[in-house]
Amino acid sequence: MNNVILVAVISLSAIGATSAVILYFVAQKFKIIEDPRIDEVEDVLPKANCGGCGYAGCRAFAEGIVKSGTLEGFFCPVGGNSVMSQVALIMGLVAEEKEPMIAVLRCNGSRTNAPAKINYDGPATCAFTHNLFSGESGCPHGCLGLGDCVAACTFGALYIDQNTGLPAVIADKCTACGACVKACPRKIFELRNRGKKDRRIFVCCVNEEKGAPAKKNCEVACIGCGKCVKACAYDAITMKNNLAYIDFEKCKLCRKCVEECPTGAIHELNFPPRKVKTTAPEETTGQNTPTEVTA
Amino acid sequence: MLKTFKSGGVHPPENKISADAAIQSLPVPKRVYIMVTQHLGAPSVALVKKGDDVKTGQLIAKSAGFISANVHSPVTGKVFKVDDFIDQSGYRKPAIIIDAEEDTWVDGVDNSDEIIRDITLTKEQIIQRISDMGVVGLGGATFPTHVKMMIPDGKKAEFLIINGVECEPYLTSDHRLMVEKPEEILIGTTILMKALGVSKAMVGIENNKPDAIEKLSHIAKSFKGITVHPLKVKYPQGGEKQLIKALTGREVPSGKLPIETGCVVDNVGTAFAVYEAVQKNKPLIERVVTVTGMAAAKPSNFMVRIGAPVSELIEKAGGIPENLGKVVGGGPMMGKALMSLEAPIVKGSSGILLMPVEESRRVVIKPCIRCARCVSVCPMGLEPYLLAQVAKNEMWERAESERVMDCIECGSCHYTCPSGRPLLDYIRLGKNKVGQIIRSRGKK
Repeated sequence: MNNVILVAVISLSAIGATSAVILYFVAQKFKIIEDPRIDEVEDVLPKANCGGCGYAGCRAFAEGIVKSGTLEGFFCPVGGNSVMSQVALIMGLVAEEKEPMIAVLRCNGSRTNAPAKINYDGPATCAFTHNLFSGESGCPHGCLGLGDCVAACTFGALYIDQNTGLPAVIADKCTACGACVKACPRKIFELRNRGKKDRRIFVCCVNEEKGAPAKKNCEVACIGCGKCVKACAYDAITMKNNLAYIDFEKCKLCRKCVEECPTGAIHELNFPPRKVKTTAPEETTGQNTPTEVTA
Repeated sequence: MLKTFKSGGVHPPENKISADAAIQSLPVPKRVYIMVTQHLGAPSVALVKKGDDVKTGQLIAKSAGFISANVHSPVTGKVFKVDDFIDQSGYRKPAIIIDAEEDTWVDGVDNSDEIIRDITLTKEQIIQRISDMGVVGLGGATFPTHVKMMIPDGKKAEFLIINGVECEPYLTSDHRLMVEKPEEILIGTTILMKALGVSKAMVGIENNKPDAIEKLSHIAKSFKGITVHPLKVKYPQGGEKQLIKALTGREVPSGKLPIETGCVVDNVGTAFAVYEAVQKNKPLIERVVTVTGMAAAKPSNFMVRIGAPVSELIEKAGGIPENLGKVVGGGPMMGKALMSLEAPIVKGSSGILLMPVEESRRVVIKPCIRCARCVSVCPMGLEPYLLAQVAKNEMWERAESERVMDCIECGSCHYTCPSGRPLLDYIRLGKNKVGQIIRSRGKK
């Protein structure tokens, strides 16, 4: 009886020992030497796996950087400059400072500005509705307000404003990953720079129709009149397909175009209130203003 | 027992309330809006510019490409402008807007009611004439008819099938045409047979149109090779794959065209348009449109010039009713609600359906109870609940492998769902996306 146990123990130990030796050599043969910096870079990344950098996830992004050995073309929009400088430290490179970006909704076709002409009660997804028809307001370029962008945002930075029926961006939460830009079937969202003191000027419209049909559907549409192009002293505004576009790299935030725009399609954000010209004749003769002043 | 297709299908209430209303000619509208592209395929190119004088029947937009079609002026007058105009979905598309003054036809068009029976043109001349006259499939898909007549190499046509099924509830435009113009339709059929080089043609008509069956069967006796087949009433029998199955028992393979089974299917409206094009030299500038629905004051059938605004038709059918909920372009099963009544009639418009408010509301969407009714009614043997779900979850590869592209968008699944789930809507989204992916693959 003892003999059986002994034989079993010895034979199994022998098999174990030989396998261990074989496995050792196999492991040596097929050893993968991974750059330890990949782990290090991954550690400093935000691990949101949002895909905003253009890679499948943070790990793929880290691998990309370490394998190419350069930071050119690599930028983590979520981590921003601070994370990129840490990555640069690990890699022994210098990170290029990038201006922080933010997603901007370029449509102001709210319930009051672009009132619904019909009532849509089908499935609430923009992708389907965009294929089906031009939208409740009739504007074929404007926001459908059904929230494909909200569903795509992994940072909770978007919500549908119940008063306007349009999505709104929570500036503190937006990481400019670009998920909403991809999700929107009408390409209304754009990543623009945050600007000094969060001040931004942009054309809040993407309608490429001629002036008359654009204005018919929406009070605040860009009608392609070109006044802003003339007003801009820095060549920052271009006109294409009846639609003005402000290049944020050239824009000096002078706000001339905002004053010129006849439909109010150009928006300014986070600027201090303008100095009111007290001597302006329209204001003194206006019927509503005196009551406000006296009250 | 009457023939029908085997798998799936539903039988919604027929509601053919305009079946007894004779076709009335609508007066020529004051201003017409002609979409430059009204067919399936490559967009046409406008030939006229602002201020040009045009005559009725004059070519105003030329086909560009193999699968494309000509467009002719439906009125005589001055081109007001060539600009984008809203179509029935509310999107702006290139259009030619003409102010009508009178109604003078271009030379060479026979505008009389006399029936011309002798077919003098040869096969090639017929196809050329059909192409010149801008004839497209009038059943709804608006596929250029001359392309259908050109059988690809290695294939052979055995049968011509004339589709007089009109399985959509409410619509009666094909029905009235069969009752009022039976001989013209059969001459058109003979012309199509000659163009295809086939000796047999079958006319399929659902059994709820006894007057049309009787008239056509009677006249068909004097035509060689044409037989009329009454069919059991079942939706979507008017789909070409279903009709082929019902009449010949053959099945079109997945992703293939009807010619694989040796069949070519044309609508009765198309056969009539072919008759007018070939025998009378008359381009396709008018069609029969049914204006109907439970909210319509006077359900009617109109012979309408292409490009007339929808509002004008509704006006003639008793005006806009008070309890109007939705205006649908087409029938209740496959039609889409119109964005605007300014939108014009196009070659593919078969009906305008006025739905009262209480009928037009969508039901509350409840969870899927896995009853599989959508699977059992799908005429293409698909699993609609699954296709809708994978499309909703953006699983496009799965949607493709589940054959989403085979869906004929008949809406039987959506109609039958006891939970009121918007199955067809999501399947359409899936078809659209998968179609885009397949096309982009071809380009690489």
